[in-house]
Amino acid sequence: MSETIKTDVVIIGAGPCGLFAVFELGLLDIKAHLIDILDKVGGQCAELYPEKPIYDIPGIPMVTGHGLTEALMEQIKPFHPNFHLGEMVLKVEKLADASFRVTTDRDKTFECKCVVIAAGGGSFQPKRPPIAGIEPYEAKSVHYAVRKMEAFRGKNLLVVGGGDSALDWTLNLQPIAKRLTLVHRRDEFRGAPDSVNKMRALVASGDMDLKIGQVTALEGDNGQLVAATVKGKDTSDRIECDAMLPFFGLTMKLGPVAEWGIKMEDELIPVDTAAFETNIPGIFAIGDINTYPGKLKLILSGFHEGALMSQKIYHYVYPDKRLVFQYTTSSTNLQKKLGVA
Amino acid sequence: MPKITFIEHDGTKHEVEADIGSTVMEAALKNDIGGIVAECGGGCTCATCLVHVDDAWSEIVGPPSSEEDQMLDAAFELKPTSRLSCQIKVTESLDGLIVHTPSYQGR
Repeated sequence: MSETIKTDVVIIGAGPCGLFAVFELGLLDIKAHLIDILDKVGGQCAELYPEKPIYDIPGIPMVTGHGLTEALMEQIKPFHPNFHLGEMVLKVEKLADASFRVTTDRDKTFECKCVVIAAGGGSFQPKRPPIAGIEPYEAKSVHYAVRKMEAFRGKNLLVVGGGDSALDWTLNLQPIAKRLTLVHRRDEFRGAPDSVNKMRALVASGDMDLKIGQVTALEGDNGQLVAATVKGKDTSDRIECDAMLPFFGLTMKLGPVAEWGIKMEDELIPVDTAAFETNIPGIFAIGDINTYPGKLKLILSGFHEGALMSQKIYHYVYPDKRLVFQYTTSSTNLQKKLGVA
Repeated sequence: MPKITFIEHDGTKHEVEADIGSTVMEAALKNDIGGIVAECGGGCTCATCLVHVDDAWSEIVGPPSSEEDQMLDAAFELKPTSRLSCQIKVTESLDGLIVHTPSYQGR
């Protein structure tokens, strides 16, 4: 039984443009829920360059990806946005009354007046490792994410990777697995030192195995894994396993966006430049995901697009009200909403 | 200006000029070389600008830094001479460099 959440706007993507859209919408008393496949906000800023300096945010000579995300979260606090992280939007459908139903892969349903697609370069999805013939095993015995730990109880598990994801799942699953083997191409791990220490202790006590090398082949039948070959510099091992969990990082994929009836141009969504609306009235696209004559894939562009888009969304949400343009510097009304008056 | 030769997986050769101080990835993007995706734009966080340095040039180009080595974990198909092209800076000593681009960068 899925829960239905009713709101004014659903924003797909909680990167910088999705986050700032909350501010512009909030000033106009428009409530928003944000959905993002990552388990954190910040989009590309948080995932690809959290520690790297950005020099072209207007008014801020230098800010890191992480710093910008934090600042935006602070800026939108007065509007109490709702976040649904680690979740992907599967369907967007237009209803009879011209509102929208949005369904996610966690069985959540939203009903809203408008949808904002701030999907950036696409949703961050797990990278497929370079192992020939892996596809038939995917979702059956090769898993890129763990939804239910219990599914792995009593199984022989192969975890591949050297970062926090691989180490965290190794530590979480080792106690319930029949036998767990961690495979990494180097004997150095990128994850948190504490996790690395715990893993090494389990290896030392014989409670799990560590193999330095790369998975080069899989054995199995009908999607069910039976064993994997791991080749090291001078070694080759056949490791029996019922399931493999490879953690090779994330890559941006367009995903279901292409299936909602929205006109696309080469994986981008064409919009008008007055309100950044797509070919479907009530669905807007801002940030890297959209395209229009002169478009630049800059954060500052996404901010501008969010501001203009909000003015049009107001008329969908409050069709009988008149929109009076106000400045945050002089409007007591706006300042009250921001909590500063 | 130093010259770099990119050889695609199907054997197509491209010889391009590269600015000193730029990276091999930038030279590839500037000249629309197939096989380089560069999803993160050169920030050493995506491993989709992978190239296999020609054996003859591997020693001159050198090994990856530890930061790059960590990212190579996520590369689609590693060979002993693989490097992230966004981390190879173009210098005079690389004039004539030959690199091979893969058929697939994992996305």
